[in-house]
Amino acid sequence: MKFISSTRSAVSAGLSAVLLLSGMAHSAAVGIDARKSKVTATFKQIGVPVEGVFTKAAGVIQFNAAKPETSSASLQIDTAAFDLGMEDYNAEVRKKEWFDTKSHPQATFVSTSFKSLGGDRYQASGKLTIKGKSVDISFPVTIKPQAAATVFTGSIPVSRKVFAIGDAGWNEVVDDAVTVNFSIVQSH
Amino acid sequence: MAETRYTATAITLHWLSALLIIAAFALGVVMVDMKISPTKLQYYSWHKWLGITVLGLVALRLLWRLFHKAPALPLQTPRWQVLAASAGHWMLYVLMFAIPLSGWAFSSASGYPLVYLGQFPLPDWVPKDKALAGQLKEVHELLTTILMWVVAGHFAAALKHQFVDKDGLLARMWFSRKTF
Repeated sequence: MKFISSTRSAVSAGLSAVLLLSGMAHSAAVGIDARKSKVTATFKQIGVPVEGVFTKAAGVIQFNAAKPETSSASLQIDTAAFDLGMEDYNAEVRKKEWFDTKSHPQATFVSTSFKSLGGDRYQASGKLTIKGKSVDISFPVTIKPQAAATVFTGSIPVSRKVFAIGDAGWNEVVDDAVTVNFSIVQSH
Repeated sequence: MAETRYTATAITLHWLSALLIIAAFALGVVMVDMKISPTKLQYYSWHKWLGITVLGLVALRLLWRLFHKAPALPLQTPRWQVLAASAGHWMLYVLMFAIPLSGWAFSSASGYPLVYLGQFPLPDWVPKDKALAGQLKEVHELLTTILMWVVAGHFAAALKHQFVDKDGLLARMWFSRKTF
C-alpha cells in the first residue's frame, strides 16, 4: 500500500508538473485514492452470488463538470490482486486459463469520450483491456463531487467468454456474465 | 394394546434421513481434500443441498415425534439401556439439527450464501467474517465426528438386539407389510 500511494503521488506530482508547464493546471488529471476506491466483480457460481475484490487499483482521472466532454480517465487494476476470500481460489484465478496474471498483470480501462446524461449521470466510453484483449465499452457513471473528494460509481457487465477468462470446463458451474462494480474515489 | 412399531411415516423419515446423512458425509469427506475443479464446486453444492434437505427432514421428524409417541421398549430392558437409548436418541436429534445449521453458517461466514438446489436463496444468519468462518468449520467438523460415534453406537446397539439378544427390536423400524 505504501508503495502504491508513493507511486501514485509521484505519478500525480509528475503529471501536475507537466500540466503546470503546459498551462493546464485547472484541468489536471489527478490520481485516484487507491485506499478508498473499490473495484469488485460479482458473478454466480451454481446459483450462488459470489463477490471478489480487486484490492489494487490505480489510475488518473481528469473530470471537468463544466465541460464533461473534455473529461478523461485511465485506470488499471492488478489481476493478481483479486481476492475471493480463500487463498486456494485466489491462486486458481491467477492461472493461465483465468486471468493469466504472469502474462497479463493488469486490466485497464482508457476512456475515449464522456457525455452528460443530466444531473450527476454521465455516459463513459472507452477501451477495456483484459488478458490482452481490448473491447470498446460504454456505460453510465454517477459522478458525485463532494467537499473532499469526487466519487465515481457504476457497473460494467463483462462476459468471461469474450476475454477468455476460465476454460470451458468451468462453464457449467460459473456463469459467463460477470458484473464489475466500481466506486472510485479521487481526493482533492 | 400399546403400539409396538414405529409409524410408517417415522420409518420412512428415519431411513430417508439416514441415507441422506451418509451421502452428505461421504461427499464432505471426499470434497474437502479435492483440488479446485468444477467437480469440487459441484460436490460442495450437493453437500450443502443434502444438508439443508436433512435439516428439513429432521424438523419434520421432530414434529412427528412430538405427536406420535415412540413405541415403548420391552419391559425387561435394563434401566441403564433405557437411559442410554434415550440419551443417544436425544443426541442424534440435537446433532442432526446442529450439523446442517453449523454448515449453513460456515458457508455464509465464508461469503458463499446458500442457494438451495441452485434456485432458492436462503438467508444468511451470520455475517461474512473470515475468523468466524474458521471457527464454524471446526465446529461443523467436530459435531460431525461426534455424530459418527453416536451413529456407530446406535448401529452397534441395533446389531446387538438383532444378533445377540435376538429380540426382534429392529423390526419396529423396518418396513413390512404391516407398515403400510
